Amino acid sequence: MLHIVNKSPFQSTSLQTCLRMAKPGSAVLFIEDGVYGATSGTSAEAMVRQAAGAIKFYALQPDIDARGATGKVMDGITLVDYSGFVDLTLEYSTSHSWL
Amino acid sequence: MSEQQATPASGPKVKKFMFVNRKAPYGTIYALESLEVVLITATFDQDVSLVFIDDGVYELLKGQETKGIGIKNHSKTYRALDGYDVEKLYVDRASLEQRGLTEKDLLVPVEVLDTEEMGQLMAEQDVILSF
Repeated sequence: MLHIVNKSPFQSTSLQTCLRMAKPGSAVLFIEDGVYGATSGTSAEAMVRQAAGAIKFYALQPDIDARGATGKVMDGITLVDYSGFVDLTLEYSTSHSWL
Repeated sequence: MSEQQATPASGPKVKKFMFVNRKAPYGTIYALESLEVVLITATFDQDVSLVFIDDGVYELLKGQETKGIGIKNHSKTYRALDGYDVEKLYVDRASLEQRGLTEKDLLVPVEVLDTEEMGQLMAEQDVILSF
Protein backbone atom coordinates (compact mmCIF):
# COMPACT_ATOMS: atom_id res chain seq x y z
CA MET A 1 0.00 0.00 0.00
CA LEU A 2 1.22 3.48 -0.84
CA HIS A 3 -0.04 5.98 1.72
CA ILE A 4 0.00 9.55 0.45
CA VAL A 5 -0.09 12.31 3.06
CA ASN A 6 -0.68 15.87 1.86
CA LYS A 7 -1.38 17.70 5.12
CA SER A 8 1.05 19.17 7.60
CA PRO A 9 1.20 17.09 10.81
CA PHE A 10 0.34 20.23 12.76
CA GLN A 11 -2.73 21.05 10.72
CA SER A 12 -4.35 17.64 10.72
CA THR A 13 -4.13 14.20 12.31
CA SER A 14 -3.73 12.59 8.88
CA LEU A 15 -0.08 11.62 9.39
CA GLN A 16 -0.65 10.38 12.91
CA THR A 17 -3.61 8.19 11.98
CA CYS A 18 -1.87 6.98 8.81
CA LEU A 19 1.16 5.82 10.80
CA ARG A 20 -1.07 4.14 13.32
CA MET A 21 -2.71 2.07 10.59
CA ALA A 22 -0.05 1.51 7.96
CA LYS A 23 1.22 -2.06 7.88
CA PRO A 24 4.91 -3.00 7.79
CA GLY A 25 6.11 -3.17 4.21
CA SER A 26 3.95 -0.28 3.08
CA ALA A 27 5.24 3.12 2.00
CA VAL A 28 4.35 6.67 2.97
CA LEU A 29 4.82 9.48 0.46
CA PHE A 30 4.73 13.10 1.66
CA ILE A 31 3.40 15.59 -0.90
CA GLU A 32 2.16 19.20 -0.81
CA ASP A 33 1.92 20.48 2.78
CA GLY A 34 2.57 16.93 3.97
CA VAL A 35 6.29 17.43 3.30
CA TYR A 36 6.60 19.41 6.53
CA GLY A 37 6.21 16.02 8.23
CA ALA A 38 9.44 14.95 6.55
CA THR A 39 11.53 17.76 8.04
CA SER A 40 13.89 17.34 10.97
CA GLY A 41 13.57 19.00 14.36
CA THR A 42 9.80 19.12 14.61
CA SER A 43 7.52 17.69 17.27
CA ALA A 44 6.33 15.20 14.64
CA GLU A 45 9.79 13.77 14.00
CA ALA A 46 9.56 11.07 16.66
CA MET A 47 6.50 9.40 15.16
CA VAL A 48 8.16 9.21 11.75
CA ARG A 49 11.42 7.84 13.19
CA GLN A 50 9.54 5.23 15.11
CA ALA A 51 7.81 3.96 11.98
CA ALA A 52 10.88 4.17 9.76
CA GLY A 53 12.01 0.59 10.37
CA ALA A 54 8.85 -1.03 9.07
CA ILE A 55 7.73 1.60 6.58
CA LYS A 56 9.55 3.24 3.67
CA PHE A 57 9.25 7.02 3.63
CA TYR A 58 9.37 9.22 0.54
CA ALA A 59 8.91 12.94 -0.04
CA LEU A 60 8.17 14.85 -3.25
CA GLN A 61 11.18 17.08 -3.87
CA PRO A 62 9.46 19.92 -5.76
CA ASP A 63 7.10 20.38 -2.78
CA ILE A 64 10.07 20.36 -0.37
CA ASP A 65 11.90 22.99 -2.43
CA ALA A 66 8.83 25.20 -2.84
CA ARG A 67 8.46 25.44 0.95
CA GLY A 68 12.10 26.28 1.65
CA ALA A 69 12.67 22.90 3.30
CA THR A 70 15.53 21.78 1.04
CA GLY A 71 18.28 20.57 3.34
CA LYS A 72 15.90 20.13 6.25
CA VAL A 73 14.70 16.65 5.29
CA MET A 74 15.10 13.88 7.88
CA ASP A 75 17.60 11.09 7.24
CA GLY A 76 16.02 7.96 5.92
CA ILE A 77 13.46 9.74 3.74
CA THR A 78 13.97 9.25 0.01
CA LEU A 79 13.28 12.24 -2.22
CA VAL A 80 11.45 11.63 -5.47
CA ASP A 81 10.40 13.80 -8.40
CA TYR A 82 7.02 13.60 -10.19
CA SER A 83 8.15 10.70 -12.31
CA GLY A 84 9.30 8.91 -9.15
CA PHE A 85 5.84 9.56 -7.72
CA VAL A 86 4.33 7.75 -10.69
CA ASP A 87 6.79 4.88 -10.24
CA LEU A 88 5.67 4.48 -6.63
CA THR A 89 2.03 4.22 -7.64
CA LEU A 90 2.99 1.42 -10.02
CA GLU A 91 5.15 -0.35 -7.49
CA TYR A 92 2.42 -0.40 -4.85
CA SER A 93 -0.78 -1.68 -6.41
CA THR A 94 -3.04 0.33 -4.11
CA SER A 95 -2.80 3.96 -2.97
CA HIS A 96 -4.51 5.63 -0.04
CA SER A 97 -4.60 9.42 -0.24
CA TRP A 98 -5.08 10.66 3.29
CA LEU A 99 -6.87 13.93 2.62
CA MET B 1 5.73 46.00 21.53
CA SER B 2 5.82 49.26 19.60
CA GLU B 3 2.66 51.30 19.48
CA GLN B 4 2.26 53.30 16.32
CA GLN B 5 -0.50 55.84 16.16
CA ALA B 6 -0.90 56.73 12.48
CA THR B 7 -3.37 59.52 11.89
CA PRO B 8 -4.75 60.23 8.43
CA ALA B 9 -4.94 63.90 7.45
CA SER B 10 -8.59 64.07 8.49
CA GLY B 11 -11.40 61.60 9.12
CA PRO B 12 -12.35 58.84 11.55
CA LYS B 13 -10.22 57.10 14.17
CA VAL B 14 -7.47 54.81 12.92
CA LYS B 15 -8.29 51.20 13.68
CA LYS B 16 -5.99 48.39 14.74
CA PHE B 17 -6.17 45.60 12.15
CA MET B 18 -4.65 42.22 12.83
CA PHE B 19 -4.14 39.63 10.12
CA VAL B 20 -3.78 36.14 11.60
CA ASN B 21 -1.89 33.67 9.42
CA ARG B 22 -2.01 30.06 10.51
CA LYS B 23 -1.61 28.12 7.30
CA ALA B 24 1.42 26.93 5.35
CA PRO B 25 1.98 28.39 1.88
CA TYR B 26 1.16 26.71 -1.43
CA GLY B 27 -0.87 23.71 -0.20
CA THR B 28 -3.82 26.04 0.10
CA ILE B 29 -4.37 29.57 -1.19
CA TYR B 30 -4.91 31.20 2.22
CA ALA B 31 -1.37 32.52 2.69
CA LEU B 32 -1.41 34.30 -0.66
CA GLU B 33 -4.95 35.62 -0.21
CA SER B 34 -4.02 37.02 3.20
CA LEU B 35 -1.04 38.84 1.72
CA GLU B 36 -3.18 40.30 -1.05
CA VAL B 37 -5.74 41.61 1.45
CA VAL B 38 -2.90 43.15 3.49
CA LEU B 39 -1.60 44.99 0.43
CA ILE B 40 -5.06 46.43 -0.26
CA THR B 41 -5.66 47.29 3.39
CA ALA B 42 -2.34 49.13 3.48
CA THR B 43 -3.80 51.76 1.18
CA PHE B 44 -6.30 52.74 3.89
CA ASP B 45 -3.66 53.96 6.38
CA GLN B 46 -4.80 51.85 9.30
CA ASP B 47 -2.67 50.37 12.08
CA VAL B 48 -1.84 46.95 10.65
CA SER B 49 -0.19 44.01 12.39
CA LEU B 50 0.54 40.65 10.81
CA VAL B 51 0.87 37.66 13.08
CA PHE B 52 2.11 34.20 12.15
CA ILE B 53 1.01 31.31 14.33
CA ASP B 54 1.02 27.51 13.94
CA ASP B 55 1.77 26.57 10.31
CA GLY B 56 1.62 30.27 9.41
CA VAL B 57 5.27 30.55 10.49
CA TYR B 58 6.14 28.43 7.44
CA GLU B 59 4.96 31.31 5.22
CA LEU B 60 8.09 33.23 6.23
CA LEU B 61 10.62 30.45 5.72
CA LYS B 62 13.70 31.41 3.65
CA GLY B 63 14.67 29.63 0.48
CA GLN B 64 11.31 28.95 -1.13
CA GLU B 65 11.97 27.75 -4.69
CA THR B 66 8.65 27.13 -6.40
CA LYS B 67 9.50 26.51 -10.07
CA GLY B 68 9.04 22.77 -9.64
CA ILE B 69 5.43 23.07 -8.54
CA GLY B 70 4.41 25.69 -11.10
CA ILE B 71 3.18 28.22 -8.53
CA LYS B 72 4.50 31.76 -8.22
CA ASN B 73 6.79 32.32 -5.25
CA HIS B 74 4.97 35.00 -3.29
CA SER B 75 7.28 34.93 -0.26
CA LYS B 76 9.35 37.83 -1.56
CA THR B 77 6.35 40.09 -1.12
CA TYR B 78 6.81 39.90 2.66
CA ARG B 79 10.05 41.79 2.16
CA ALA B 80 8.26 44.54 0.25
CA LEU B 81 5.70 45.20 2.98
CA ASP B 82 7.65 47.96 4.67
CA GLY B 83 7.28 49.90 1.43
CA TYR B 84 3.57 49.84 2.16
CA ASP B 85 4.11 50.98 5.76
CA VAL B 86 3.25 47.50 7.01
CA GLU B 87 6.10 46.90 9.40
CA LYS B 88 4.63 45.06 12.35
CA LEU B 89 5.19 41.37 11.84
CA TYR B 90 4.94 39.08 14.84
CA VAL B 91 5.68 35.39 15.13
CA ASP B 92 4.53 32.99 17.84
CA ARG B 93 7.54 31.54 19.67
CA ALA B 94 5.86 28.26 20.55
CA SER B 95 4.95 27.65 16.90
CA LEU B 96 8.59 28.14 15.84
CA GLU B 97 9.84 25.77 18.52
CA GLN B 98 7.32 23.08 17.68
CA ARG B 99 8.66 23.13 14.12
CA GLY B 100 12.35 23.22 15.03
CA LEU B 101 12.71 26.75 13.63
CA THR B 102 14.32 29.97 14.84
CA GLU B 103 14.18 33.61 13.68
CA LYS B 104 17.28 32.89 11.60
CA ASP B 105 15.19 30.64 9.33
CA LEU B 106 12.86 33.50 8.41
CA LEU B 107 13.18 35.79 5.43
CA VAL B 108 12.16 39.05 7.12
CA PRO B 109 12.85 40.64 10.50
CA VAL B 110 10.04 39.83 12.92
CA GLU B 111 9.26 40.26 16.57
CA VAL B 112 8.90 36.91 18.32
CA LEU B 113 6.18 36.91 20.97
CA ASP B 114 5.39 34.41 23.65
CA THR B 115 1.82 33.20 24.20
CA GLU B 116 0.98 35.82 26.80
CA GLU B 117 2.23 38.68 24.62
CA MET B 118 0.47 37.39 21.51
CA GLY B 119 -2.79 37.03 23.41
CA GLN B 120 -2.42 40.55 24.72
CA LEU B 121 -1.78 41.94 21.25
CA MET B 122 -4.89 40.16 19.96
CA ALA B 123 -6.98 41.59 22.78
CA GLU B 124 -6.01 45.12 21.73
CA GLN B 125 -7.25 44.84 18.14
CA ASP B 126 -10.33 46.49 16.63
CA VAL B 127 -10.57 44.21 13.61
CA ILE B 128 -9.17 40.70 13.21
CA LEU B 129 -9.03 38.89 9.88
CA SER B 130 -8.00 35.28 10.02
CA PHE B 131 -6.73 33.20 7.13
